[in-house]
Amino acid sequence: MGGRISCSTARALAIALACALVARGGERLLVQGTPGVAGGRLLSALRIEPRTFNWAVAGDAGSREVLGLLMADLIHINRQTQKTEPALAKSWQVSPDGRRWTLELRQGLQFSDGHAFDSSDVVFTFQVIYDEKLDSPQRDLLLLDGKPIAVRALGPSRVEFLLPEARAVADRLFDSVYMLPRHRLEAAWKAGKLGDAWTLATPPAEIAGLGPFRLKSYAAGQQIALERNPYYWKADTAGRQLPYLDEVRLLVVGTEDNQVLRFESGETDLINRVGAGNFTVLEREQARRGYRMQDLGPSLETSFLVFNLSGQASAEIAARQAFLKRKAFRQAVSAAIDRAAMVKLIYSGRASALAGPVSPGNRAWVDATLPAPARSLERARQLLAADGFQWKNGALLDPSGRPVEFTILVSNSNPERQQMAAMIQDDLKPLGMRVNVAPMDFRSLGDRLQRTRQFEAALLSLGSPDADPNPSLAVFLSSAGNHLWNPSQKTPDTPWEAEIDGLMRRQQVALNYAERKKMFDRVQQILVDYQPMIALVSPSILVGAKTGLENFRPALLEPFTTWNADEFFWSRPTAGAGR
Amino acid sequence: MRRRAFLPLLLGLLHAALLLAGFVAPYPYDEQHRGLPYAPPSWHARAETPGTPCRVELLRGGRLFGAAPPCGIFLLGTDAFGRDVFSRVLYGGRISVLAGLAAMLLALSLGTAAGTLAGYFGGWTSRLLMRGGELVLALPWLYLLLAVRAALPLHIPTEEAFLLVVAIIGSLGWVRPARLVRGVVLSARERPYVEAARGFGAAPWYSIRRHILPETRGVVLTQAALLVPQFILAEVTLSFLGLGIAEPVPSWGNMLAEARQYFALVDHGWLLAPGLMLIPLLLGYFLLADRWLAEPSGTRVPEGHGCTPEPQYRG
Repeated sequence: MGGRISCSTARALAIALACALVARGGERLLVQGTPGVAGGRLLSALRIEPRTFNWAVAGDAGSREVLGLLMADLIHINRQTQKTEPALAKSWQVSPDGRRWTLELRQGLQFSDGHAFDSSDVVFTFQVIYDEKLDSPQRDLLLLDGKPIAVRALGPSRVEFLLPEARAVADRLFDSVYMLPRHRLEAAWKAGKLGDAWTLATPPAEIAGLGPFRLKSYAAGQQIALERNPYYWKADTAGRQLPYLDEVRLLVVGTEDNQVLRFESGETDLINRVGAGNFTVLEREQARRGYRMQDLGPSLETSFLVFNLSGQASAEIAARQAFLKRKAFRQAVSAAIDRAAMVKLIYSGRASALAGPVSPGNRAWVDATLPAPARSLERARQLLAADGFQWKNGALLDPSGRPVEFTILVSNSNPERQQMAAMIQDDLKPLGMRVNVAPMDFRSLGDRLQRTRQFEAALLSLGSPDADPNPSLAVFLSSAGNHLWNPSQKTPDTPWEAEIDGLMRRQQVALNYAERKKMFDRVQQILVDYQPMIALVSPSILVGAKTGLENFRPALLEPFTTWNADEFFWSRPTAGAGR
Repeated sequence: MRRRAFLPLLLGLLHAALLLAGFVAPYPYDEQHRGLPYAPPSWHARAETPGTPCRVELLRGGRLFGAAPPCGIFLLGTDAFGRDVFSRVLYGGRISVLAGLAAMLLALSLGTAAGTLAGYFGGWTSRLLMRGGELVLALPWLYLLLAVRAALPLHIPTEEAFLLVVAIIGSLGWVRPARLVRGVVLSARERPYVEAARGFGAAPWYSIRRHILPETRGVVLTQAALLVPQFILAEVTLSFLGLGIAEPVPSWGNMLAEARQYFALVDHGWLLAPGLMLIPLLLGYFLLADRWLAEPSGTRVPEGHGCTPEPQYRG
């Protein structure tokens, strides 16, 4: 189910059919599975309104959610199998040194405005993303060690990518790198105005992509209507062109509670990532209301408590770093936190307690040998006592006699994380630690964390776009800007950070999974031992859809539900909120 | 009259319960019962494991009532951590009501002073004060408060947070009463008896004290009753910016903020208890204000005359 086969394989199986397809709409990708019924409309509610339709400058979650339906990439990560598979590129070869990647594009494809797609669009897209003047948010993701990939067209349907260094799974880099139409955007780019192109006010007919849908209309603050892309390059086994749905409507509703209300009343057809409390309410009504809720298990997102271990803090914070920087202190905090209670009380059981920095949802990469986290105040006390901490009238004093008190920063827009902070506060009380919680808006929090470094501890969560370890380079490398406990170090401050750096760099170039896994396991063990970021819980992915929606196969990778919207169809043509 | 005694009695009881929270509440505000999250309200004591014999005891451990562990008595249910909502309502009410009243007093004193000066003296005094007030209304407060938050230390102790809340709300809330008071003063200034007093050589301060201020009593009292609930809720906004009362210390504002989520409203309605507590309290204040308006002069003011009192000719 759900696996797709490339056109070349299909041709071997059914030459006549494939040739007919090439003749009609280019080299299409055949999607396996039972053919569906065409027609109908899908309604969904967006929490955040997109800021732009221009992928080159889109950094916000709202825009990415919509662009995923409008655009397509060369090589795609199947959200269900988590493996790469052909998309706009039908095949690829890698040179023996792992640096030169040659991609063979599908021939005869067209953008949603009917214009032909070829290698010049691919080269254009990378040119735009690497343009320093544009300062695209996608640029950082495609820089390897600060250096761009050299892109060269070897013909109308063949492109060569020369990486600055060998990468184990460079094919995964191409996922969600959406191909932009040169014929529509080159003029704006040359005039230096690409940043202002394809805004929300742009007439829909001027926006073209290679995704299953194209923009039909946009009403600010209300809804975005998408219609079937007549030039889409996928077909089912019966030869019918995808997508099945005629139309997708995305209503802008603002908050999760509004999404829940719309979905519960049947106004929308699917719901993406609800909180555990709302999930319980929706699940109770599911039989009566004709939808089905699904708990996909722990997500790749991890929440954690991070301490400020950097050298550039104010005198007041530096004084507290005297204990924050002690390994035994951080281990004791980790031992005293009741993660099981967090799962039970905050997430109604729909989350997993974390043993280390990788979620158990990431089955291929989590180090399953790490001991399960169990609360032990005794162990915490032993660790503190052995390191020279003392108690006086119930208050904990560090080895130099300073009372142990610190403040946890937490974003005020996330009720779950605020509750976690309150629980940590209570969990650490029996150890004699005085913990304060300071909720603040996310922007100020980020500013303190990454720029001014004015914090002692913070409760955050990290999402991951991919299950592979490579995206976590941005957090684990001591030189990285998101190395939250001590970012942007010129040389690693501590021997253990140096070891992590070495392991992360070596796993990047190691070419087989077992070797990479061994190194990444070691990284996880070091992080659990030194606890610069104390992993807490991974919330489960909770989604739901109307019962008549076929091919609804939610997955742990973003965008969780709509990743295969091109295959969605209604079991009865009259089903669905849109009718 | 029995009806007359009822109101002060009710208000008195409510305030006494809030003041004596340490005695009336069965638990400290931050005691968690992690085995009993979101327990519904009940008169009976209960434990995590069903079948445990539980009994409510009076005057237990220096508190009015309670139940011996592992049992718990939760009159208004518990929140996500199993903290007793009844106890938190009482402790939180102490902070919220006091903050609401203090901020109201501050806003009204500033507002009355500014409104009276502007109304009586007119001219550029009025222009300066009223344009100043408009400036206060027009400033992007959210961003200014964010800047204030950034300038303050990370952790603000509860007492300081309380004073901060009162100061911020009070100094932002004076404009509306000031404009209303100015309106009343403007019309009062033109009354024949005020002009007559002026003609006999009364000094402005004498006039203001004797003739003008008594006229504003109606507006001020109604404003007082209206501002208290508004200010109690304003504390929520400040908490949201990290300037209010921080967990685990409860205030009605931060408790209501917790109940704002959809599933909480649907499944755990008892979290709205602080909102329900506001109703008798505010009704009490309203009625009290109404009575104050009617009583001292000995003549009953007709209904609905809170804002523009009838001229009362005296002396």
